[in-house]
Amino acid sequence: MKTILDVQDLSVSFDVYGGVVQAVRGVSFSVKEGEAVAIVGESGSGKSVTAQTIMRLIATPPGKINRGSIVFDGQDLLSLSEKEMQKVRGNKIGMIFQDPMTSLNPTMTVGKQIMEGLMKHQRLSRSAAKKRAIELLSMVGIPHAESRISQYPHHFSGGMRQRVVIAIALACNPALLIADEPTTALDVTIQAQILRLMKDLQQQTKTSIILITHDLGIVADMCDRVIVMYAGQIVETGTKREIFRNPQHPYTKGLLNSLPRLDQAKDEPLVPIYGTPPDLIKPPQGCGFCSRCDEAMRICETDVPEMTAISDTQTVRCWLQHVRARPTEMDSGKGASA
Amino acid sequence: MQQEINLNTASNASPDRFMKIGRDPNRAERIERKSLTAWQDIRYRLFANKLAMFGLYLMIAIVLMAIFAPLFSHYNYFSNDLDHTNQAPSFKHWFGTDDLGRDMYVRTWKGAQVSLFVGVVAALIDLFIGIVYGGIMGYFGGKVDEIMNRIAEVLYAIPYLLIVILLLVVMPPSLTTIIVAMSITGWINMAWIVRGQIMQLKNQEYALASKALGAGSFRIIFRHLIPNAMGPILVTLTLTVPGAMFTEAFLSFLGLGVQSPVASWGTMINDGVKAMTVYPWRLLFPALFLSLSMFAFNVFGDGLRDAFDPKLKK
Amino acid sequence: MIRYILNKFIFMFLSLFVLVTATFALMNAVPGSPLQSEKATTEQIQKNMEAYYGLDKPLIQQYGLYLKKLAQFDLGISMKKRFQSVNKMISQSFGYSLRLGIVSIITSVLAGCVLGIIAAMYHRKFLDNLAMVIAVIGLAIPSMVMAPLLQYLFSVKLRMFPVTGLKEPLAYVLPTIALSSVSIAFIARLIRATMIEVLHADFIKTAKAKGLGGHLIVWRHALRNSMLPVVTYLGYLAANVITGSVIIEQIFAIPGMGKFFVQCVIDRDYPLIMGTTIFYAVLLIATRFLADIAYVLVDPRIRISAGKVGG
Repeated sequence: MKTILDVQDLSVSFDVYGGVVQAVRGVSFSVKEGEAVAIVGESGSGKSVTAQTIMRLIATPPGKINRGSIVFDGQDLLSLSEKEMQKVRGNKIGMIFQDPMTSLNPTMTVGKQIMEGLMKHQRLSRSAAKKRAIELLSMVGIPHAESRISQYPHHFSGGMRQRVVIAIALACNPALLIADEPTTALDVTIQAQILRLMKDLQQQTKTSIILITHDLGIVADMCDRVIVMYAGQIVETGTKREIFRNPQHPYTKGLLNSLPRLDQAKDEPLVPIYGTPPDLIKPPQGCGFCSRCDEAMRICETDVPEMTAISDTQTVRCWLQHVRARPTEMDSGKGASA
Repeated sequence: MQQEINLNTASNASPDRFMKIGRDPNRAERIERKSLTAWQDIRYRLFANKLAMFGLYLMIAIVLMAIFAPLFSHYNYFSNDLDHTNQAPSFKHWFGTDDLGRDMYVRTWKGAQVSLFVGVVAALIDLFIGIVYGGIMGYFGGKVDEIMNRIAEVLYAIPYLLIVILLLVVMPPSLTTIIVAMSITGWINMAWIVRGQIMQLKNQEYALASKALGAGSFRIIFRHLIPNAMGPILVTLTLTVPGAMFTEAFLSFLGLGVQSPVASWGTMINDGVKAMTVYPWRLLFPALFLSLSMFAFNVFGDGLRDAFDPKLKK
Repeated sequence: MIRYILNKFIFMFLSLFVLVTATFALMNAVPGSPLQSEKATTEQIQKNMEAYYGLDKPLIQQYGLYLKKLAQFDLGISMKKRFQSVNKMISQSFGYSLRLGIVSIITSVLAGCVLGIIAAMYHRKFLDNLAMVIAVIGLAIPSMVMAPLLQYLFSVKLRMFPVTGLKEPLAYVLPTIALSSVSIAFIARLIRATMIEVLHADFIKTAKAKGLGGHLIVWRHALRNSMLPVVTYLGYLAANVITGSVIIEQIFAIPGMGKFFVQCVIDRDYPLIMGTTIFYAVLLIATRFLADIAYVLVDPRIRISAGKVGG
């Protein structure tokens, strides 16, 4: 399968009051045609910044892209001018945002908001764009699309609005859809519907999807591959099966342990991950997770581990993979823990 | 079987570097950014705003001059000197003299006294009525709030200048009349701000906790809520002053305010306009200082607002 | 929507009523008969005049009569100017003020919006700073300073515009600038602040993600949302223009309502003051009412619950 997006060594920082936040520190990954990839991590892990950088939506300043390349469909997006980038946005890459309540313009009818992109990118006439917008609205499951198209966003419920946002994102049949926490702001019952819809649409349109989320639960439902981010770096990647069945990084394990499972014994407690992520104004010298890691070793404090391949599809960034880590694991026991 | 790749990156790593040390809560909770209290933060942002600080210094300078300049001059603001009328600025009369030979320097600062006095007193009256009225509205809510709010709304819709002028028609023109007239509707804005703040704050934990401990309603309003609503109140207060100064100058300009011989920037400007083609300095000084003071208060008020509302700052 | 407008209408009416009553009460609180100042009149003439003006009737009846006449748009008769009707005197002068006022309001909104939009689009860049410096200066220089300054510079010294009057189109330039400078500054700052906030809103991100260009985003998406506070400001703008016109007309010797109003206040011509005040009040309160309705039209989310929009 063809690779549609290839991100290499991406680094993004933000100037804020008090210093420079290294939000994304050398992130590399790729997405194949028709594939659904999840980027998982807690807030501040850099997953949203990564997504917005692909769309070149971060404001510069305060944001700054320091290094790296984002090759999409043979073009490095970072080398494009703003004008050229506008031809990519909405046309070849669509994006869905977190909060449907605020991501639609309250003073414009939903129809116009869908038609805008169509008229710009596909040069459709007003009437053709309207026809297509009605199609799109029915496609995302909004009944009576012909009449609802001239209504304003406040006439729609949260779930319905997210459907409109999806229709906007898919209007021009993009090759890649970036969904930034698309269900976080929705009720649980609506979440499932929206995910179902996205999954169906993906099968119909063969669009690649990058799903940004902090919720491993929805990953299991939707995605082929998982990228786990922590403190601005990728700590583990793998297929859905590998990540859920055979997690290697202590952080990934922690995420899974803090998730309730159906096969869990009644009295088995959920294990939280203690502590808070490091402040990225002063990124840690070693592994970002070491202060919260039960398995931490001395080297974790001082040296950043390399990416290690576990299988053809799974890689992990952890010193525990090092050959020397095995014996010490045996003899240090539990005594060293503070 | 796959660890070979790693070996070179830590090839000089001795085995003890792989000793397990585990989770360290001290390292985990370390906070890198220095933390500031709310007031320190506000002060920092205010002091960093050069324009606002310039406004503040200008304000202080004008206030000091208004107080001391007339004291340390051997002229006064009311004595006529018909032998030296309409003199241009000189070492003797720094700002020149007017058509009655009065020293413009002293009169300008006397005008500043009047202007600042009206501005500050009007702002303080607005503050007092606004806090009491708005505090009651916000704290009790419900029917009380609705009725009081309606009253305020009806009053607010009446153009305040008309009220001022109407009052001035039936009362003798004086500083008191101006201030009373301005206060009739001036407090409403402040009341709404206080109301909004209190509505927002009153359901927060500490007000509830205080109530649970048996504190009376008024005690809660004045001891807990007002200090926390300080920011917007202070900003409104600062921005009320230039408005009141303008109104005073406006009324005096029209001959409805302060009466001669007391100096007011408004009357001086009015006199200056008539003479501006021949004696431009008679317009220049009162006009300049009125504008400067309004500039200073506006700029400082803006800075204060930005300092209290960091989301606008970024 | 209907309820909202009805609600606003009732408030408009109540405010007017309070003002009308207050005006009446104040005018009657003046010690002595308003006719006393007329020169050497005999007691009989005095009585006749009081009867003519209805001043011999009890206060309540006078009040009723006054309300009735108001309902018929009859503002009474001047006491000083040979019994001319107030209506006629207003109609003679109002035309000047209205033309100047409309020109000023349009100028304020247009110039304010342009300045504010430029500032917001180039936020934290040179043009933003420049626009805001202009705005702060505009805000700090009151009309009574601005007007003579402009007059001195451009009319007296440079002779570019007529010094006084409103006879030719060119004559409008300086009074309009002097009358609108504060409002321009105010609107510019208002637009800038709201637009910067709007430009950070999520739906702007959606618009960008659609591939729209910066200008299209500002015009199509941000502007309308940023206009909301300006619409509410229109009521105050009208008040500002009327207040300002009192001074501007004085300085530029324009025979409009403002000049006329000050004159009648200085003359203490009570019926005239009453009539003019009420005329102004109707004008201002009606403008504010229209602004409230305009708000509903601009913002599709009809805010029935909001008692006062924008405080």
